[in-house]
Amino acid sequence: MLKIENLHARVAGKEILKGLTLAVNAGEVHAIMGPNGAGKSTLGNVLAGRPGYEVTAGSVEFNGVNILELPPEERAAAGVFLALQYPVEIPGVNNTYFLRTALNAQRKARGENELDSMAFLKTVREKLKIMQISDDLLKRAVNEGFSGGEKKRNEIFQMALLEPKLAILDETDSGLDIDALKQVSQGVNALRSPERSFLVITHYQRLLDYITPDFVHVLADGKIVESGDRTLALKLEEHGYAWVKEHEAGVVGEPA
Amino acid sequence: MSSETNDSTATVLRDNAEVAEVLGRQYSAGFITQIETTGLPPGLNEETIRQLSAIKHEPEWMTEWRLSAYRHWLTMEEPKWAHLKLEPQDYQKISYYSAPKKKPKSLDEVDPAILDTYDKLGVPLHERAALAGVAVDAVFDSVSVVTTFRKQLADAGVLFCSMSSAIRDYPELVQKYLGSVVPPGDNFYAALNSAVFSDGSFVFIPKGVRCPMELSTYFRINAQNTGQFERTLIVAEAGSHVSYLEGCTAPKRDENQLHAAVVELVALEKAEIKYSTVQNWYPGDENGKGGVYNIVTKRGECRGDDSKITWTQVETGSAITWKYPSVILRGDRSVGEFHSVAVTHHYQQADTGTKMVHIGKDTKSKIISKGISAGKSNNSYRGLVEVKKSAAGARNYTSCDSLLIGKKCGAHTFPYMEVKNPTAVVEHEATTSKISDDQMFYCRSRGIREEDAVSMIVDGFCKQVFRELPMEFAVEAKKLMEVSLQGAIG
Repeated sequence: MLKIENLHARVAGKEILKGLTLAVNAGEVHAIMGPNGAGKSTLGNVLAGRPGYEVTAGSVEFNGVNILELPPEERAAAGVFLALQYPVEIPGVNNTYFLRTALNAQRKARGENELDSMAFLKTVREKLKIMQISDDLLKRAVNEGFSGGEKKRNEIFQMALLEPKLAILDETDSGLDIDALKQVSQGVNALRSPERSFLVITHYQRLLDYITPDFVHVLADGKIVESGDRTLALKLEEHGYAWVKEHEAGVVGEPA
Repeated sequence: MSSETNDSTATVLRDNAEVAEVLGRQYSAGFITQIETTGLPPGLNEETIRQLSAIKHEPEWMTEWRLSAYRHWLTMEEPKWAHLKLEPQDYQKISYYSAPKKKPKSLDEVDPAILDTYDKLGVPLHERAALAGVAVDAVFDSVSVVTTFRKQLADAGVLFCSMSSAIRDYPELVQKYLGSVVPPGDNFYAALNSAVFSDGSFVFIPKGVRCPMELSTYFRINAQNTGQFERTLIVAEAGSHVSYLEGCTAPKRDENQLHAAVVELVALEKAEIKYSTVQNWYPGDENGKGGVYNIVTKRGECRGDDSKITWTQVETGSAITWKYPSVILRGDRSVGEFHSVAVTHHYQQADTGTKMVHIGKDTKSKIISKGISAGKSNNSYRGLVEVKKSAAGARNYTSCDSLLIGKKCGAHTFPYMEVKNPTAVVEHEATTSKISDDQMFYCRSRGIREEDAVSMIVDGFCKQVFRELPMEFAVEAKKLMEVSLQGAIG
């Protein structure tokens, strides 16, 4: 589904990704972990097409299409979704209206029928139930005055509604208390399906207690330096990121 | 207080003429109607005014009123205080009267070319096709061509007709109220208008009547080198209620055209007047050529206790807008409100705002102003809140927000306050923001195209004001904003 080969990317003239290679198959959940400044968020933003993130080498194929050539809105229509680390407020724009515009823009781009208000509201109700979110959130302006937890839940709710093929969660766990973390994780788990893949970007292994990944990758200095299953995350928790750096440099071997 | 944008304030705009071109949505009201007209040659002197008055079969007192305003005007100078680049006008080059040659007695006799014009503008004049519940007075250049639903309104006791007919048919009402809110010598443009005003609407709502439908006037400038001098007067007697809306368009022409209007509102005890404007005069082209100079004195007086006047304006057109719809809060507990959205793009300039003058006790005023600047335009809010010594317990709340799109536009705020009563509470809030890269990316990453994202963000910014417009016009206003901001982000 997603094939990233030797990806190099710069932000503000500084090279952040330095030859990242990763393959994700349909239905898989991959966790991307790594120390601050390793390039985790850059990866998410490059995949979603954020302006200012310049790809200098490598390729990203998504379902056979080179998505690096598409503007962000077309990537979204193709099924890429990025849950932002810092969701943005749009004052005065009703959350429901925003979601309907987004969903219909995507449907239109894919040549599908746009949903009318009734059909849309029906879909919204179903998703609200899955996500256990009160519809109070829908009556407010997009993220305006939302608490940190509400913003993150709203991101996951958007994901539920837009039904992407690839969902990238950029540090969705940061700043969440344990209850909010559980709620967000439940939402994500409810959306897992054989057709949908996830890239879960996180600094802490805590999130992976609730969202069980199929694979864990360690990103350091713009490259994936270690890949494994869920136990890799536990090792990281135990030994810290310093271990990865040393490990990569060949100073120490695999800890026992 | 004044804030200008510089390179750091907005990074969203990327010049991309192609996108703007492809989208190609443009000023759609810019066509010219081919009809035979009759009028006065350019030039202004006492004789022109006598001729104008004679063409309109006005009584002697009206002619004299005009002449005295003209003599006063000769002693005045164009005001210079607005934040506008406005070349001095040559008032001898303007024609002060232009009208379709055929004078219709009823709707059936109106020139089909004119009916077609209003159809194209989305304001059908045939009553069977008209917007449900909206009566229209259609002003074409210097004259009112037709007023719909006159009979139905008359049955309710409401007088709604052109100012010209009112001067002939209801002279005592006109004499009583004309110039009572905006005296002929009020300012340079008001004096000029008082001397040469052509047409506009007259509305009279008798005591206790709730006007059964929305009233509206649609102003159209068609003829070349013609100034339009609208004069509108609305009187709401005790306990009455009326909602009035005006719309404005003009053809695309390379020369600038002048629209110098005076609008007066009088609200007696417990009366309420809601006056909404959707102004879409031709703004000039993307290089700043042509466009209407929209120079307007609008003022309402809450003359009676517990009366209320609300101004709502959506200003998207005109090369230059100079306009300050104001409320004199004379009656105790009277309320004045001003809700405004002003959009400028390319080389448009707007200097607009309001005056709230508190005279009565416990009077309240609210000012909500939203300015949106794009391209190389300049957008200023200028407002005065004046609390006289007599206005114990007066309250004002002012909120001015500016939104910048691009790097080369300017937003300015000039709030003035004069408070002479210590019990008054006056609040002022102002913000300047821009559409951020983060907001744009957020929308786009959800599948929304750039142009639609801008419309959505701007619409959200204006929501507070759009809410005040009658339903049909709120939709229209939103569409207009989208057209006005075409190509603002490429």
